[in-house]
Amino acid sequence: MLYREAGEFKSTYRADQAILTIRQDRWFMWALLVVAFLVIPLVSSEYWLGTIMLPFLILALAALGLNVLTGYAGQLSLGTGGFMATGAFAAYKLATAFPELHILVVILMSGGITAGVGLLFGIPSLRIKGFYLAVATLASQFFLIWMFNKFGWFTNYSSSGVISAPPMSLFGDNFVTGPYATPEAKYLFTLTLVVLFALMTKNLVRSNIGREWMAVRDMDIAAEIIGIKMLPTKLKAFGYSSFLCGIAGALWAFVYTGSVEPLAFDVNRSFQILFMIIIGGLGSIMGAFLGAAFIVLLPIFLSNAPHWFGLNIAVDMISHIEFMVFGALIIFFLIVEPHGLARLWQLLKEKLRLWPFPY
Amino acid sequence: MRIEKEVIYIFLATLFLMVAIPWSVGQLSKDIFFEWPFFFEVAIGGLLAGVMYSLVALGFVLIFKASGVFNFAQGAMVLFSALTLVGLNERGLPMWLAIIVTLAVMLLLAIVIERVVLRSLVNQEHIILFMATIGITYFLDGFGQTLWGSEVKILDLGIPNSPGLYFDGRILINDFDLVAALIAGILVISLALFFQYTRIGRALRAVADDHQAALSVGIPLKHIWVIVWAVAGIVALVAGIMWGSKLGVQFSLALIALKALPVLILGGFTSVPGAIVGGLIIGAGEKLAEVFVAPLIGGGIEDWFAYMLALAFLVFRPQGLFGEKIIERV
Repeated sequence: MLYREAGEFKSTYRADQAILTIRQDRWFMWALLVVAFLVIPLVSSEYWLGTIMLPFLILALAALGLNVLTGYAGQLSLGTGGFMATGAFAAYKLATAFPELHILVVILMSGGITAGVGLLFGIPSLRIKGFYLAVATLASQFFLIWMFNKFGWFTNYSSSGVISAPPMSLFGDNFVTGPYATPEAKYLFTLTLVVLFALMTKNLVRSNIGREWMAVRDMDIAAEIIGIKMLPTKLKAFGYSSFLCGIAGALWAFVYTGSVEPLAFDVNRSFQILFMIIIGGLGSIMGAFLGAAFIVLLPIFLSNAPHWFGLNIAVDMISHIEFMVFGALIIFFLIVEPHGLARLWQLLKEKLRLWPFPY
Repeated sequence: MRIEKEVIYIFLATLFLMVAIPWSVGQLSKDIFFEWPFFFEVAIGGLLAGVMYSLVALGFVLIFKASGVFNFAQGAMVLFSALTLVGLNERGLPMWLAIIVTLAVMLLLAIVIERVVLRSLVNQEHIILFMATIGITYFLDGFGQTLWGSEVKILDLGIPNSPGLYFDGRILINDFDLVAALIAGILVISLALFFQYTRIGRALRAVADDHQAALSVGIPLKHIWVIVWAVAGIVALVAGIMWGSKLGVQFSLALIALKALPVLILGGFTSVPGAIVGGLIIGAGEKLAEVFVAPLIGGGIEDWFAYMLALAFLVFRPQGLFGEKIIERV
């Protein structure tokens, strides 16, 4: 009764094309942003900000990137980890080769470089489809990680293969990477970028490019017949997706862990991000965030849960049980709602529209 | 089975390249040792290793053909069956009894998976089912290790594991690989006979061809799924025994699924002979590249070479070597 479109009259095209057309949705979104930007940094401990919120945001950005490719353009990819690694190493090379570059420029340029790599690996998608493509993208995953491990040029010939990101500041003394950065600064910096990119992606998928992607996803032959060019459309999806993944990788290496190591971007990372978008909801911006929250928070919850109940289980036992519960929950969620958490959210909103009346 | 001309051409071209590239690299580069007996030793070793890949890929193909599910859990099933076998054996069961009990466990697993997962997800999109099998993977990995522990276990079936056979006095072949190839061969032949000559086999092929038509002539789809998952479980057990006695039974067994994926896309998801031929090509190609090409670019290319090889094949035949031609209608 309270939450509905009725009674809201749009008198301009701007209002008609708004992302959130219902007033309560807008309020909710503003409230969410206020909580994210003000309340969380004020009330959270260093641990929460640094080890839970940061990876959550960064992985949500990567999931957003993959969701563009898989959820909107329908190209199943398992190369996300490789693209994140590309972003991380591109950022490292840029930051060490041109120390005077601003951090934002470094991050955006590394996204651009990753987009280039993504385009290259997107070319086979013209001929290969479905699971064949998914396995083919694994080639990029393994190849890229191998390349970063193998050639010393990428790590500036460091002997250990693990290299730390140089401290960089946004302006003046506001460090966002390196040892001087406060968790609050890191968090706000990442949050701002993630919100901006989420907004950009949301608008992109509502534009003609996004509609082309969806047409290709739903049936590529039909899309071709109505005049959508396959090559540019698929490549745009690969390019934009890897742009986001590259930025997520650069943020992961520079802002979150502070060190660039290929191990953080192995094939498990790719799977993890694929889980996020499937659990969260394919083809939904919201889904990327919900899925990332689920996948990041669940293991933390599971590894702490036995302590809350006063159970004492050996550490390796806990990790095995964690695996089991994680797998069982994935199956459970898929059975309850195969279209992901975002779909549950949508159903909730539809229920809310009628509430408290039955019809 | 009719083999298309294109496949034969690609196959011959591959054979040619497999010989020509190592040979020319060997001639041009001073660092790489090239001699015909050594070349054949590497190639045969690769082919035999390829048989082991085929063994895992076979499980994928069986399930994909019968239910259209891309079963990511095949690797986990390999690990789980091997863990169960070794665990039972450690508890004092004789090996033959342990194998029988493990077979029963795999059958039970197939029934549970059908009841709990597949039945609830009937008619969902492929990617959802794929995701569900990833859930099964996690569950099985965790379950197996919770039950039997995660330390490396040794599985000894008394297969000799030494460089044993010599041809020509110069080519060296590992005994174990030969036995493994033999067992894989027996498995494939018995599967082929099972599919060709039994009532259940006919039903399985009917389901693989066309679900709707199979249902309409009265083939119970649910039973078929249980059977096919159980057969995949048996294949997983055989693969688990072979890989387990080669590498020791440990968590990394689950990762050989990743090795089987390029085999699968090279051969085609829907073809049993494809899994065999794909495994042989990948196995031989990988070993040859590792020995004769990798030193030039820094080594350690085993991780991705198989994928690149498969990718190269896919550019020419997007459905894999023996996969069904993808016909799309608007």
